[in-house]
Amino acid sequence: MSDLLQTTINTLAVGGLYALIALGYTLVYGILRFINFAHSDIVAWGGWLALTVASSAPVFAMPAVLLITMAICALMGVSIEFLAYRPLRKAPRLNVLITAIGVSLFLQNVGLLDKFFGNRPKGISALLANDVLVTVAGVELRLFDAMTIVLAIVLVVVLERLVYGTKMGRAMRAVSFDERTASLMGINVNVVVSLTFAIGSALAAAGGLLFAFRNDLRQTADASWVLLGLKAFVAAVVGGIGNVRGAAAGALLIAFVEVFVHRYISALFSGTQWVAQLQDVYVFAILILVLMFRPSGLLGKATVEKV
Amino acid sequence: MDLRGWLDTTVCKASLALIAVAAIAGCNNMGAEKKANGSGAGSATGSAGATVKPETGPIVIGHFASMTGAQATFGISTDRAIRLAVKERNAKGGVKGRQVEVVTIDDAGKQTEAATAVTRLINDSNAVAILGEVASSLSLAGGPIAQKAGVPMVSPSSTNPDVTDVGDYIFRVCFLDDFQGWVVAKFAFDNLKAKKVAILYDQSQAYSSGLADFFEKAFKQMGGTIATRQAYTGGNLEISSQLQQIKNANPDAIFLPGYYSDAGTIIRKAREAGIKAVFLGGDGWDSEELPKIAGDAINGNYFANHYAPEEPRPEVKDFVEKYRKEYSSTADGLAALGYDAALVLFDAMERAPSLKGADLRDALAATKNFTGVTGTFSIDKNRNAQKSAVIVEYKDGKQIMAARIEK
Repeated sequence: MSDLLQTTINTLAVGGLYALIALGYTLVYGILRFINFAHSDIVAWGGWLALTVASSAPVFAMPAVLLITMAICALMGVSIEFLAYRPLRKAPRLNVLITAIGVSLFLQNVGLLDKFFGNRPKGISALLANDVLVTVAGVELRLFDAMTIVLAIVLVVVLERLVYGTKMGRAMRAVSFDERTASLMGINVNVVVSLTFAIGSALAAAGGLLFAFRNDLRQTADASWVLLGLKAFVAAVVGGIGNVRGAAAGALLIAFVEVFVHRYISALFSGTQWVAQLQDVYVFAILILVLMFRPSGLLGKATVEKV
Repeated sequence: MDLRGWLDTTVCKASLALIAVAAIAGCNNMGAEKKANGSGAGSATGSAGATVKPETGPIVIGHFASMTGAQATFGISTDRAIRLAVKERNAKGGVKGRQVEVVTIDDAGKQTEAATAVTRLINDSNAVAILGEVASSLSLAGGPIAQKAGVPMVSPSSTNPDVTDVGDYIFRVCFLDDFQGWVVAKFAFDNLKAKKVAILYDQSQAYSSGLADFFEKAFKQMGGTIATRQAYTGGNLEISSQLQQIKNANPDAIFLPGYYSDAGTIIRKAREAGIKAVFLGGDGWDSEELPKIAGDAINGNYFANHYAPEEPRPEVKDFVEKYRKEYSSTADGLAALGYDAALVLFDAMERAPSLKGADLRDALAATKNFTGVTGTFSIDKNRNAQKSAVIVEYKDGKQIMAARIEK
């Protein structure tokens, strides 16, 4: 029983982390119909900025660290869109994609410089201890897991309210539906796009901070950031890309197979060595299954291709 | 969702990333590289043994290493020690009356870069011998090029058995992973009295999975059992399900043969998950970054290494002091091996009738009872060093020698 509870906590925490990152992919895709490949680098920068800011702040100032990191990354996201993507708004989509790859490499390698974050790994242990908050039925709920779950729920609910309950959200949905008609109705498309990048990047920063606390940090050019981004992206696709609730649901599903399913399947086949090695395979198997049977994702709407 | 388009862009991104990284790494090296300036240095082209090496002026030794990248401390430590060895040698008059010069090329820890680096060292810098690499996968990438060109290569610290099988020009001054796995198994079984051990290894690194296999084989032969064997992928450290299974298996000790960049985080997470068993590791743990990442969780764990800085031998004391004076940090095992690799090479150069590849190769192969910082060793017929290992314990975040284990 305690094992099941622990596994559930782990699943929720990993799911929350993926959800925060997946939302950035899904928001940008929803508005601009393009996949922002530099998103995982914003996550990496968010993580590094968080640890850099946190190392010069007292422990009680952690909420301030979160807000500062989110603000800096939001600004980064808006600037990237303004400088790199906006001039290509009317260009073929492939051009924007290649530009996104360029932005991604730029961020990775600038982050490597000693003036920024350097190339050595950095840990959280000297800054903040992952203390036990409560013990229920022999299961310890620790600070970083609790933080991840609470922060993910709060931010997803806030975003949901923003998109479906405010005037700005309605403008975002209108632009997503039909950019030209929306602008004819008096919506300032540029403002909506900037806001989308700001929100997506701020969420990525929160994801990066949580990732840094949970897993420590490797240099910004490390392949593990790409894998993290890829899994969050898969979560967005599985949930139905462009759909806010879908991204959260997809992230939970991905975390469920990666943590929960992997935990019990490899325990079931504990004598068979290779079963324990399949952790990443489950994630991408889910992607294939969803694309086969529900190509538009779990919560996505099927679209009719007009010829 | 257009999956094909997405796949295309992913592939496109990966290949572009490679090109860009190569270009950036190339630029970095421009500054670090110094050309041999003796007469005839212009004759950089020409194939295999036919390359004309300058007969006067400084002798050039090439070093390829991961000066940047995820395992950057490996390359930096090794390079510092090699430069220290060269500086001392030059102060004493150099080799064969000529000064020695090191050219270092950064491979950023990437296999494609390693092959390019060795090619450039041989063709552009006219290196008479190559030192490198630390990571076995990178030595395996660079080795065939040195072998083909007939330039001897001495790896300071690649422990995978396949490295010297590349050919008769490839040597090493460290022990092999089969020995290292046996050493850790012996320490766990005899010294720690562990009967049931769990293994958690990095399935994306040949070094880690190889060491896991050697350990498992040796430990079972001694009469121990493997409680559970779990895998992770380097850099992906959401491994709560692996840790839970290890916790449920309740082992006496856990063998974690990964690199320091993962090991520190894994040990911290394991302690948080309530795992109290002692962790055992290999020489991939040896970095000053490990205790910084793991924090207090590092204390009380052991790993096999090539040397321990406070071992009471005159060679060790002397080296640690000189290294501290030069770089104001404690020399790690990779530095000690880099230093020994350079000394073995100087020794062979001095004994060889000429600095031609074949002569130097024969002189290296004839190395007998050489006493270096990492112990006394001979080069065997498979061009590997026959030597002993030390077990190091972390205490208060510092490395303490726990045992020396002979074959």
